[in-house]
Parts: sequence; structure tokens; C-alpha cells
Amino acid sequence: MNKIMLPASTPERPKSARRDIKTIVNASLARQHAAERRFRWYGLIAISLGLAFVLLMFGNIIGKGYRAFWQTYIQIPITFDLSIMDTSGSGKRDLQTIDGADYSVLVRSGLRKLFPKAEGKSQLRALYGLVSADSPYELKRKIQQTPNLIGVEKEIWLLASAQVDTLFKGNINRMLDESERSIKNDQIEWVDKLQAAGRIEEKFNIALFINGDSREPEQAGIRGALMGSLLTLLITFLLSFPIGVATAVYLEEFATKGRWTDFIEVNINNLAAVPSIVFGLLGLAVFINFFGLPRSSPLVGGLVLSLMTLPVIIIAGRAALASVPPSIRQAALGMGASKLQMVGHHVLPLAMPGMLTGSIIGMARALGESAPLLMIGMVAFIVDVPKNFFDPATVLPVQIYLWSDLPERAFVERTSAAIMILLAFMILMNGLAIILRKRFERRW
Amino acid sequence: MQFFLLLALVILSACAYFIGRNRAFVVASGKIRNLHSLPSFYGCYTALWCGLPALIVFLIWVTLQPGILINLVLSGLPKELQDLPQDRLNLVVNDLKNLVSGHFISNTPDGIVLEAANRYQDMRAIGNAALLVTVLTLVSGGIAYAWCKISPKLRARNCVESVINIFLITSSTIAVFITIGIVLSVLFESIRFFHQVPITKFLFGLQWSPQIAFNSDQVSPSGAFGTAPLFAGTLLISSIAMLVAVPIGLMSALYLSEYASPKFRAIAKPALEILAGIPTVVYGFFAALNAAPLIREIGTLLGLQVASESALAAGLVMGIMIIPFVSSLSDDVINAVPQSMRDGSYALGATKSETIKRVLLPAALPGIVGSILLAVSRAIGETMIVLMAAGLSANLTANPLEAVTTVTVQIVTLLTGDQEFDNSKTLAAFALGLLLFIVTLILNIIALHVVHKYREQYE
Amino acid sequence: MSKTTTIGNQTISLNDSIARNELDNQESGVQVTDYDNRQTVGKITVDKPKMVCRGVNVYYSQKHAIKNVSLDIGTNEVISFIGPSGCGKSTFLRCLNRMNDTITTCRVTGQIKLDNEDIYEKDIDVVQLRARVGMVFQKPNPFPKSIYENIAYGPRIHGMVNTKSELDELVRDSLERAGLIKEVEKRMHEPGTGLSGGQQQRLCIARAIAINPEVILMDEPCSALDPIATAKIEELIDELRENYTIVIVTHSMQQAARVSQRTAYFHLGDMIEIGDTDQIFTNPRHKLTEDYITGRFG
Repeated sequence: MNKIMLPASTPERPKSARRDIKTIVNASLARQHAAERRFRWYGLIAISLGLAFVLLMFGNIIGKGYRAFWQTYIQIPITFDLSIMDTSGSGKRDLQTIDGADYSVLVRSGLRKLFPKAEGKSQLRALYGLVSADSPYELKRKIQQTPNLIGVEKEIWLLASAQVDTLFKGNINRMLDESERSIKNDQIEWVDKLQAAGRIEEKFNIALFINGDSREPEQAGIRGALMGSLLTLLITFLLSFPIGVATAVYLEEFATKGRWTDFIEVNINNLAAVPSIVFGLLGLAVFINFFGLPRSSPLVGGLVLSLMTLPVIIIAGRAALASVPPSIRQAALGMGASKLQMVGHHVLPLAMPGMLTGSIIGMARALGESAPLLMIGMVAFIVDVPKNFFDPATVLPVQIYLWSDLPERAFVERTSAAIMILLAFMILMNGLAIILRKRFERRW
Repeated sequence: MQFFLLLALVILSACAYFIGRNRAFVVASGKIRNLHSLPSFYGCYTALWCGLPALIVFLIWVTLQPGILINLVLSGLPKELQDLPQDRLNLVVNDLKNLVSGHFISNTPDGIVLEAANRYQDMRAIGNAALLVTVLTLVSGGIAYAWCKISPKLRARNCVESVINIFLITSSTIAVFITIGIVLSVLFESIRFFHQVPITKFLFGLQWSPQIAFNSDQVSPSGAFGTAPLFAGTLLISSIAMLVAVPIGLMSALYLSEYASPKFRAIAKPALEILAGIPTVVYGFFAALNAAPLIREIGTLLGLQVASESALAAGLVMGIMIIPFVSSLSDDVINAVPQSMRDGSYALGATKSETIKRVLLPAALPGIVGSILLAVSRAIGETMIVLMAAGLSANLTANPLEAVTTVTVQIVTLLTGDQEFDNSKTLAAFALGLLLFIVTLILNIIALHVVHKYREQYE
Repeated sequence: MSKTTTIGNQTISLNDSIARNELDNQESGVQVTDYDNRQTVGKITVDKPKMVCRGVNVYYSQKHAIKNVSLDIGTNEVISFIGPSGCGKSTFLRCLNRMNDTITTCRVTGQIKLDNEDIYEKDIDVVQLRARVGMVFQKPNPFPKSIYENIAYGPRIHGMVNTKSELDELVRDSLERAGLIKEVEKRMHEPGTGLSGGQQQRLCIARAIAINPEVILMDEPCSALDPIATAKIEELIDELRENYTIVIVTHSMQQAARVSQRTAYFHLGDMIEIGDTDQIFTNPRHKLTEDYITGRFG
């Protein structure tokens, strides 16, 4: 029958008669599990804290900034009366007269028509302060577009001043004493009247997107900064992508491993960790002082940022190249392709999605970078939208930095809005990188 | 003008490509097999001969022209203007440049400058014309040379490939040149600075007040450039940041890699990494507008005196910024520990936390230390958060509730605004930059070395 | 539905699916079962079982890695699992101390009992289980710590000793029983990773027996070792048999023949045949076993 070879003698526990493992473990189980639970909780708390910070940041920025996408406008009856606006006295309806006319009179008379009781210098000044200082120019633009308006009376929506905007959005405490808030009692009264008459309302804040920077919050926009960012990033990409790819290709495919390549590698890895501000110093000393390139220009900004982005692209590019299996290289070489043809026809196309992903992430980082750009003077107050690579410009993050220094409540709102726009761009770019990776990722 | 010339160069090169390719067909009398290389290589060969020499000359010319012209114009200026001290002369040059580029200048230009500007413009026109002629000569010469050279025996592919090779090699050395550029640019200015302020006073001086030194420039400024408070401030803020980032980052990484379900990990990991993608200026805004007032209020509730720009606020927010940095680096490091280590521990009846604390962490320690060093280097070099949330007053203190300033903040404040380049204030910024670079360089090299050694251990 | 099957002298009640495995054709002598038969041939039960497995199935996501395996593991016996690569023998081994729990996609059904307790029961503590069922792995995996610390790890986490001298004694004792003491006596505080492969593996065995488990699982413990180191380990296994129940997965049939009393042959997730080692190697009853033993595949 079955014969299981059992040990000849009955087993005896070793001489150092130790207790049964079961009882020993049982004794320490409670302690072990308590420690386990505690540790697990620490981990959970840590990760929740991290995630809470993410939510806090986003919640805070969005909560502060979303109102900035709306802007308060006041409807004012304007009579485009040539006789009161003409300063030249010629009375002719030609372009020259229109250009030289005084449009602030129109705004003032319109406001007085709404609130005829206002009198006295200070009260009138408060009344005129209801609308933005840009209002006369706005009227001028309107007339230039449709000269037929002359002589007509028309209800016009004009941009409210920042104080009125802040009040209307409920961000000024009305209970405070008049001297402690930026808006006068009279003005509050007028705003309430306007509201009752349906003459004041919030509209989409188009100025934020089409204007350059301004000292007046209600006119300030990010178009100049966006344009500056675009021009700067264009330079950054044009420089860092080809050079980065070429470096990655050389190091990964051509270079023979040795001291020199090790040295280059150490350099690249180290550059990736050099503080960004040091690149700013380099830009200031080399590009501006030595080569005499124009200060504050997107050209110099792009040069500096490309130096910072280069290591990122090289490192990502090398990883992408390394993930292409050697069999493909052997196949190409076996067909009689030259090494360059092998790289150009086979390896590089396969590695390109990975390289692009790395580059986009690098560009997103460059888009958010501000410290080195402060060094090269892209921090000036610039109203004009830059038109080419040599114009003085600023970029979106620096614009945020500039605005964040300004005390007005309306600027806080705009800063948050600008941050939201910046973050939207970052998310867009990173999303693009993720899609690219998902779409073209190949597992060998 | 220069842009159009460049465009023309590109178009001409494209034409040269087709010319070369056609020529190759002709010399091979239609039979490609007779050729050494594919016709397109002959095209590239011609295009390179057409574009490359011209491009090189063009770039050199464009970089050098403004400087030469300015010097020429200056030497043509009347004697009394040339004898002006250097800084006044710089002003004149600035006015000149602004006039030429059509910008508005502050003071009404006097006649001499206007005349000089006109002369500058004239000379620039001549220069540009000369450039045009040179470039066109080079282009046509290049095409002609290639045209003559093309024969079935010409090894066009090898020529083209060697040019590309040179391009690749040059590109790869750029990283080295950037490093050299950084070192030289900060080193030269620093040496000039150390002529004015002795290096020992700079490193060990206890007082930092460059404004005073600048205002009373008659007195020796060396007394006011002591960087000890700056480094103390940097260290204080960085330490606070690391106190926040290391425990949270490390524990998050451990939790995500050892405990979390794949689903949770798939959501939480990218969510945490969002923190890494947020621009630092946003953190700065957050710190200045939310963290600092909040901490101040809490401090007042507890009866503590908190500065409105406390080191604590900047440090905390910087810590949040560094969390994903620590967590993703330690995640890599922890995942590099082989599964067999974990198995060995579990098989002995260890709980997860015991395995982590007694096996995983000791095994991953060098790697984790490396990542923390990288994070420290990052914290030291961080600019925007401290610029917006920390103060400017250089206090030598270890109290996190007081305002301190950092090296990076001082570099920015010393260099922003219009300044002449050679007063000790600006030079001091470069000296600070040099110190910052050296400190972070040492940290980075140690960290990268440690991490590298650690990786090798498990490969 | 349940059915009573009589095997040998024992009568056990089993449910239908398990009964399929119980085709016990030992009485039919030398008759060899055909290739198509995927049911276990041979007697799965023993007199004094330490572990009892019934109807064990293992799935990796969709893959059915172990199909309805039932067997007993006797007290103080050495049982070996053999079979071609990927047959599931290691997977099955890892079920015995729930090491598969660390793989999230892995699912185990069926019953595995240790001393009449189902180890997959909810209130079973994995920590305690693994302390009772130790494991030695294919590749020696000493912790990157000193030799002493490697051995002391288990006793420390389970609080087995109170004083340093007790721990010292325990470490020495374990190393002695693993036959390693002479080689490492002078270098107890040098890293365990500095030892040779065979020494490392004996260190891992010493580490396992330091906590005095009841069962030791060995997953191809000699596959990374040279013949001399292998011989030493086999010798060690023979000695350990006195005090421990040992389950060993091995690639080498000679090894199975040398060290084990019973052998089970696995093929593509099925346990094809089980029986006394002598019988399996001299007189296999299943075609597949025969092919494997005679070296026709594997």
C-alpha cells in the first residue's frame, strides 16, 4: 500500500526548547498591528495633506479670480454734440476735428444729465470718477468707427471705474467709515440709483484679453504679456528643440562612451538642477552686456529660457532614444543603411513622440518661469503689445508678479484671473503631452 | 532687412538643393546606379555649400556690426564728448541707440547726438548693403563650386553626413559651454567685486545693507556687504520648507507605492504632481496673500509677535511646492528596491510597516538622501516665493516668525531697476550668484553621485 | 451535492468538484493514464497532515494559473513539486503562506488548512501565518544589512527575545543549524550581500529558521547555485526534516529524488500526479509524468 516515508524517530524540538512560534507571534501581534495601523494613518494623512494643498490652491485662486472675467459697465446717455466737443472751433465735420475733439466733455455732461444734483468741485470729481478714465477714448473710437453718430443722442455702455466695479461685486464693506474705504458715500448712493434704474450691470470682461498693461485696473489686460510669452516661447522652442534633439542623438547613438561624454552628461544633469536665477545672471552678463542684445526683449528672454529648457529636452530625448530596441538598429544597419540613415529613418521617428512629450513639458515649465526674466529686464511696466522679438515685453508670470504687488482689490482679482489663464495654458500643454504619450506610446 | 536676408538664404538653399539634384541626374546621364550616393544627397551637398558659409558669415557680421559701428561713431564725436567719464559716455551711447531704433528718449537730443545718430544710420545702411553683397557672392560661389564638384564619384553622402555629424557634436558641447558661460559671467563680475570688498568680509560679515553702501559711496562700502544674514535667512526658510516637504513627500510616496490600491494611485499620484507643475509665481502670490496673513492672525491669537513677511509663511509654501519633488524622487528610489527584499521580509511574517521601516527605508536610504539633497538645492535656489513672501530686511535670526531675506531675493532686488553695471551694488549680485551657484553645484553633484551609485547597486 | 469516497483506510467526505481529483487508481498497478486525463493520479492524503489543500484555484487577472489542486502535506515530511517551467508549482507554493497577497491581480479560491485552520479565512492573520510558514526564495535575497542583522530581523519584529544575549544565542543557534556558523563566525557584522551565492542562500534559510516556523517553503532554492553549494543545501534540508515540514519546488528531478519523500508533478496548472518519490521516479502512472521523468520534454 502507500508508504509515506515518515522520519524514523518522532521529532523532538531542538535542545534550546523554544516556545511555539504561534504563541510567540500571538503575543506580539497586537503591538505589530497597532504600529501598522499608525503607520498607515501617517501615510494617509500625508497624502491627504498634499491633495488638500492642491485643492486649496486651486479653490483659492479660482474663488478670488473668477469675478475678474466680468466687468461692471454703466449706461450713460451721450449726446455727440459737435459744438461742445470741438476744441478747434472750426465746426467742420472732418476727421481732423473728430481726432482733436474733447470727448471727456461728453462723458461729463452725460453723467451730469443722470445726476443733475451733483455740484461742487469734489462732488463732481466723485461723479466723474464713476466711469473709467478710458471712457473718452472709448467714445472717440466709437465715433471713428461710425462718424454718423455725430449729433445723435445715444445710450452708451461705458466701463465703470475700478472702485465702482469692486463695490458692485460686493467687495467693499459699506459699513466702514467713508474715510476708510476707497469709495465715497455719494458714489455708493449713485451706484444704487443706477442699479435701480438698470443702468449698471456686469458684462464679459473683454478688456482683460485685448488690452495691454495699465495703471488703471479696469483697463489692464494681459494681451501684451500673452504676446510676450508667445514670442519668448517661440524663440525658446526654435533654439532648444533642434539642439536638444541633436545632443540627445549624438550622446545616445554616436558618441563612444568615455570621459568626454561622461563630462557632458554630468554637465547636463547639473544644469537641470542649477537655480533658474543663475541663468538670469548669465543672460544679463552675456546676452545683454556682452553681445548688446536689446534689454527686456523676447529674444533675450527666449535665449535664457532655452538654456534652461535644453537639459530637460536632452534628458527626455535620451530616454526616448534608449527605449527604442537595439533590434531595429541592427535591422537597419543590416540592410546597409549608414548610421545616420539608421537614426534618421528608423530610430528618430520612433523616438519622436517621447521627445515631443519631453519638449512640451519643458516648454510648459519655461512658460511658468519668471525669476531669470526679472534679471534681464522683462519686468518693466509695458503698455504696448510687443510686435517683434526686439520690442520690450513682459511675460504672463512676470505680469502676475507685477500685478500682485499692486494694492487695489481689483488688481488682486485680475492677478488671480491671470493665474487662471496661465494655469489653463499649463494644463493644456501638459494635457497635450499626456495625449501624445498615450497615443504614441509603444511598449517593446 | 536682416530677417529678409535670412529668408532669402533659406529659399536660395532650397533652390540649390534642386539644382544639385538635377546636376547629379545629368552627370549620371539618368542612371542613378552610376552615382556614389542618392541624388538627394547631391542636392543637400549643394544646398550646404550654398547656405552654410553664407550663414556663418551672416551671423558673425550681424553680431559684430552694432559694436563696430558704435565705436566708429564715437570716434567721430567731438573731443569734449569723447573725454566724458565712462558712465556719462554710456548715457550718450544709450541715447544714440534709442534715437536710431526710433524710440522716444527722455531728454531732447542735442545736435551732436542727432548728427551722430544720422551718421550711424548711414553707416548701417552701407554695412547692410555690404553684407548683402557678401552673402550673395558666397551663395553663388558655393553653388558654382558644388556644381563643378558634382560627379558620379563624389561621395556626397559622406560629405553631408560629416557636416551633420559636426552639427551633432557641436550641439552636444553646448551644455558644457553653458556651464562655462555661467561660471565666467558670474566669476568676472565677482572678481571685480572682491577688489572692492574683501572676500572674508563678504562671506563672514554680519551686516548686509547695500543701500547704505550705495548712497554714501565715498566711504568704503566693505562694511555693508556681509552675507551671513542672507545665508542664515536662506537656511531658515529652506529648513522650514524641508520640514514640511520631507515628511509629507516621503510618506506620500511610501503610501502610494506600498499601500494604495492601483485605482487610488492612478488618481492621487498625478493629482499630487499637479503641485510640481504650478508656476512658482503662483505659489508666491498664494504665500503673500493667504499664508502670510493667516499665520500672522494665528500668531496674534496666540499672543505671538509675527512679522507680516515671516520666514514661516514663505517656508511653508515653499515646502508645499517641494512636496511632489521629494515624493516623485523617493518613489523612483523606493521602486528601485527589488521586490525580493520585500518578499524576504513578508515571508518572515513582517507587517508592511515593519518591512518599510526596517528593510525598505534602510535599503533606499542613500537614494532618499540624494533626493532630499536635490530638493534642498532646489529650495535654496527658489526665487519667486521668497521674493513675494519674504521680506527685504536682512535679519540675522533663527526665529521663523521674524522677517528674513534670502540670497535670491537680494540678487533680484540688486539687479532690477535701471542701474549702471559697475557699481558695487550690481557687482554684489553677481558675487551672490557665484556663491549660490557653487553651493547648489556641490549639492547637486553629491546628490547625483549618491543617487547614481545607489541605482548601480540594484542594476 | 456531496459524495463519499474511500481512499485507502480513510473515509472522507468531499464535494463533487474535488472528487474529480480523487481518481485513485493505485490498485490498477502499472497501468499508465493517457495524456488527456487532467485529473490527479495518486493518493493525495497522508496520515498526519500538517497542511490540507482542497480544490485550490489561482487566477492572475483572467489567467487560470492553478486548476483545482488538492493535496495533503504531512508533518515532518519533505514534499517536492516538480514540473516544467510555468506549470504553476511556484504559484501554488506561494499560496501556502499567502505570499500571493502581495500581487494585487492574484485571486485564490478553495481551501488551504494549516493544522485545521483555513489560512484564507478572514480572521487569519497573515503576519502570524507567515511566521509559522516560512519561505526561502529562488534567488538568495539577504537584506542589505549585516549577517547578524539579517538573522536577528525576524526574532526582533516578533518580539521573540528579551535580551541581547538571548538574541546572540538565537542568531548563533540558527546559523549553526543552517551549517553556516563556521564560515561566518568572524564576520557576523559584515554585510550579508558579501557572501557567496550558496552562503547567501543558507543565510536566508538560517533567517527563516530563526523564528522557528512549522513549515518551510523553498522555491527552487538551489537554482542559482553551483553543485557544491547545492549539495550543502540538500544536506541541510535533510537535517531540517527532523523538526520542520518542508515543501520544496525544484527544477531538478535528481534533487527531488534525493531530498523528498513525496513528489507532486505539475503541468500547465494541473497537479497531474502525486505519490511517493520512489514510485514517481521508478514507476510513473501518468503519461505526462513519464514523459517528463524520461526527459522527453521539460
